[in-house]
Amino acid sequence: MANSSNEWDLIIEPRGSLFKLNLKEVWKYKDLLEMYIKRDIVTFYKQTILGPLWFFIQPIFTTVVFMFVFGGLAGIPTDGIPQPLFYLSGICLWNYFSDSLIKTSDTFYLNQAVFGKVYFPRLVVPISVTISGLLKMLIQFILFIGVYVYFVAKGTHIGINYYALLFPVLIFILAGLGLAFGIIVSSMTTKYRDLKFLVAFAVQLWMYFTPVIYPLSVMEGSYKKYMWLIQANPLTAVLETFKYGFLGKGSFSWFSLGYSFAFTIILLFIGTIIFNRVERSFMDVV
Amino acid sequence: MSDIAIKFENVSKQYRLGSIGTGTLSHDLNRWWIMNVQGKPDPYLKIGQVNDRENKSTSEYVWALNDINFEVKQGEVLGIIGKNGAGKSTLLKILSRVTTPSTGKITAKGRIASLLEVGTGFHPEMTGRENIFMNGSIMGMTKTEIKSKLDEIVDFAGVEKYLDTPVKRYSSGMTVRLGFAIAAHLEPEILVVDEVLAVGDAEFQKKAIGRMQHVSQTQGRTVLFVSHNMQAITNLCSRVVLLNRGGVAMDSDPVNVIRNYLMFESLKEGSITWNEETALGDSIIKLLSIKLQGEDNFVRSHFFSNSIIRVQLEFMIEKLDDDLVVGFDILDENNSIILRTYHNDGHPENWPKLKLGFNKIACDLPAGFFNSGTYYISPKFSLHFKKWIINSDPLLSFEVEINHGVSPFWNRISKSNRPGSSAMILPWKVNDNEE
Repeated sequence: MANSSNEWDLIIEPRGSLFKLNLKEVWKYKDLLEMYIKRDIVTFYKQTILGPLWFFIQPIFTTVVFMFVFGGLAGIPTDGIPQPLFYLSGICLWNYFSDSLIKTSDTFYLNQAVFGKVYFPRLVVPISVTISGLLKMLIQFILFIGVYVYFVAKGTHIGINYYALLFPVLIFILAGLGLAFGIIVSSMTTKYRDLKFLVAFAVQLWMYFTPVIYPLSVMEGSYKKYMWLIQANPLTAVLETFKYGFLGKGSFSWFSLGYSFAFTIILLFIGTIIFNRVERSFMDVV
Repeated sequence: MSDIAIKFENVSKQYRLGSIGTGTLSHDLNRWWIMNVQGKPDPYLKIGQVNDRENKSTSEYVWALNDINFEVKQGEVLGIIGKNGAGKSTLLKILSRVTTPSTGKITAKGRIASLLEVGTGFHPEMTGRENIFMNGSIMGMTKTEIKSKLDEIVDFAGVEKYLDTPVKRYSSGMTVRLGFAIAAHLEPEILVVDEVLAVGDAEFQKKAIGRMQHVSQTQGRTVLFVSHNMQAITNLCSRVVLLNRGGVAMDSDPVNVIRNYLMFESLKEGSITWNEETALGDSIIKLLSIKLQGEDNFVRSHFFSNSIIRVQLEFMIEKLDDDLVVGFDILDENNSIILRTYHNDGHPENWPKLKLGFNKIACDLPAGFFNSGTYYISPKFSLHFKKWIINSDPLLSFEVEINHGVSPFWNRISKSNRPGSSAMILPWKVNDNEE
């Protein structure tokens, strides 16, 4: 009975290889990914009156509040961009990132009942969360387009240009960063839960280090000393590129966008390694 | 290709006892340092000890599984039995990749699907149909596979009317049936089942067992079945592995293993003893021990109903009194008394003579008396019509597995077709002594 090792379909061992990313397996479970996405969307507005309208209500109200507080009271300029457009674009992008991060950061904890019983590549769950969030984001983007068209029809000059075509790249970076940070946090909170409290708080503060409510130019004018901090933030390039492409204001540099992109790829890689590591034995510590 | 479906090689699993959160960061750092920087094996693996629920552990680490080695052949239905905490569930969890072994290796051929708990991932807000797809894909089926099996699944579960109703409106029985139906139609090469038969009504259990038999016999699939239900194990399995304290204690045919399990697994139980200080009683009589024995004089708490159950009492009489009465009650699971018996119930000639000092007397509960079930013994000592000396709550329990009867009708008398605590076979005859 000579058992060559390749005869077995499945080998269960204490520790897998560190750099085995298991992505092939995730692909094998793509139907499950689809089901999870469907579930997230379907169950979102079951037994609600307004249903999918909720996707619009949140950004509209946030925009209105921002216009009063930051635009009105604090008087932060918006680079000449109409305030609703400026805030709405920031909110759509930022919310997608923060939703992805916060929702995926609970992956192990929220799914321990399922994870404790059946094996499937756990990465399916955070990926599905990121993708269903993307749908929400795209719906909100339609709202943005609506407001955009309104301003154009009113005769406001808005300088859309070819850089708007980078939109899919921006979305990828947002999704990738949200997912990567989320799964790293999720992997760490299985054992030490304190991190969970920190994350909600940190994400809130993080927004102020990202040009969401202010244009980068204003920050540069007032706090030149801290610009490195804003520049190091991989989200800065995303928001600035978006505003540059769609609204014609802000700044764009291939270097900072490339930095964000590289940052995302590396973080995703690290995150997947950590996540795969934890998924193998998290049931014992959660 | 060899016909081995699963192979366990030196599989061990260690758990840390107590709280995980506090004080472990230092262990983690220490472990990390020793393993990754010094390149030595995990230091905490060494101080683990055998998992034994009866003795409080002295170590912080415990071996839930300890060096498991066995192979399962293709198409075999393997039963896994053992006391609670013997490592059964841990073994299945490792096999279904919910957790990893601490050491060792498992190799397997084909897709493994586990029924550790049916209905995993059901979302209460989604309809039965949506949940079939959800649950099926969690179990590793593709959408096309599920579609082609949808009718069969719905039919098996008997939920066609409620297919588009949210699962939260289902009864618990329906949910379980639906869950099992999905799992039963998975068609994995290896099916892992843990105690699912504990749920559902009798008809459904029958269906479930039938399905498992069907899967293994006609499709040559391998089944691993963990259960406390010896009847189901005997009916289904071709081979049984007995786990004890995380190790394989026995590995043989079902009848052999189950007999041994019931006999030796509980050797330590089936008795209760007191020392001079803690003994029940008063200045007249002190109860020192109660022991339950089978025909072979082994002390135990599991019996087959075709064996007598000998209840042996040891006590110390410090003042002989003619009114002294020694006996016990047998109670059922509902705490109602089935019978009470005293040493002086019979003709005075047959009474065991009580003497000053140490006494050891016994009462044989006849073979063929009990139905399957758990029974309790509570000692009753008194001075006749004067006072209770010991009138305690149940102190000792024993279990009976029904195994008697020669009738072709009832050779499988069981709790499900025979109600009541006693399953005694009584003589029947044509009554021709008419007046």
